[in-house]
Amino acid sequence: MKCEDLLRMLNDYVDGDIDPAVCEDFEEHLAGCNPCALVVDSIRKTITLYKGEEVYEIPLPFRERLHRVLRERWKELQAHRPCNSASP
Amino acid sequence: MDDSVLVARAKSGDYEAFEQLVSRHERRLYALAMKIVRQREDAEDVVQTAFLDALEHLADFREEASFATWMTRIVTYAALKVLRKRKGLETVSLEEFTSENEEGEIPHPEYIADWRGDPAKIVEQRELKRILDEAIDALDEKYRLVFVLRDVEGMSVEETAKVLGITPANVKVRLLRARLMLREKLTRVFGDESQRVFRSHRHEGDERGATPAEALLKSYRQS
Repeated sequence: MKCEDLLRMLNDYVDGDIDPAVCEDFEEHLAGCNPCALVVDSIRKTITLYKGEEVYEIPLPFRERLHRVLRERWKELQAHRPCNSASP
Repeated sequence: MDDSVLVARAKSGDYEAFEQLVSRHERRLYALAMKIVRQREDAEDVVQTAFLDALEHLADFREEASFATWMTRIVTYAALKVLRKRKGLETVSLEEFTSENEEGEIPHPEYIADWRGDPAKIVEQRELKRILDEAIDALDEKYRLVFVLRDVEGMSVEETAKVLGITPANVKVRLLRARLMLREKLTRVFGDESQRVFRSHRHEGDERGATPAEALLKSYRQS
């Protein structure tokens, strides 16, 4: 396996979707090719960083508005229901 | 209490149950909207529209997927709609220019070095967030969306393809590009310069007459 082939299969390897037979070749190449090993490692770290990224905090005024708007809409919908059995 | 119980209660007219669902998921969904539209007011509109949609169509929600998944889809569609509007392409597919055509090079890893350690320990949280935001903002939208949906949100390749209206093969190619581009940018920040290594044998794909991107697409189509 050449570096170019490895690049092509990078996604499948990182996602664990690689064919087991190809996986052996892949790992054999990795063991003997430091640049490729570093690329695979840093791709994994990159994905992990974005996955664990601190989320965007929901702004409090928006949260309050959202809940108000939803409650009002709920009331409207309930009022128009033919069999109005519940209300907020 | 399980989401499905709350959904059942909300369906039977219990607003408190619906509100509890909103409180449970609003934070994550707002973050998702921000990751797609990259702008606070738009993200707020997206989340509000999405929850209003959910409220109005709750009776139609057949619970084949979880409430979380259902809401993720609604938010994603609403956010993509904002992007289309922004581009003035409301009636045209976002992917119009690119669907089957993924020309061009797969970015070759240029800066290859072991990272200096845990980025969270190298820089402050706020600085880390800025670095991550800058790197992802620099990506073309089509790469950013695939990366966010697949890698950050954990959607499957098929689901990502469906949501974006592109083929699974295109998702894979774009994802590879996105990952490589982000890796490149982050390694320039977090890589250990003194340990940098240089490839001596790149561009082997060129010898076969096909660019790596073409070869990759071909291999996905065959599989």
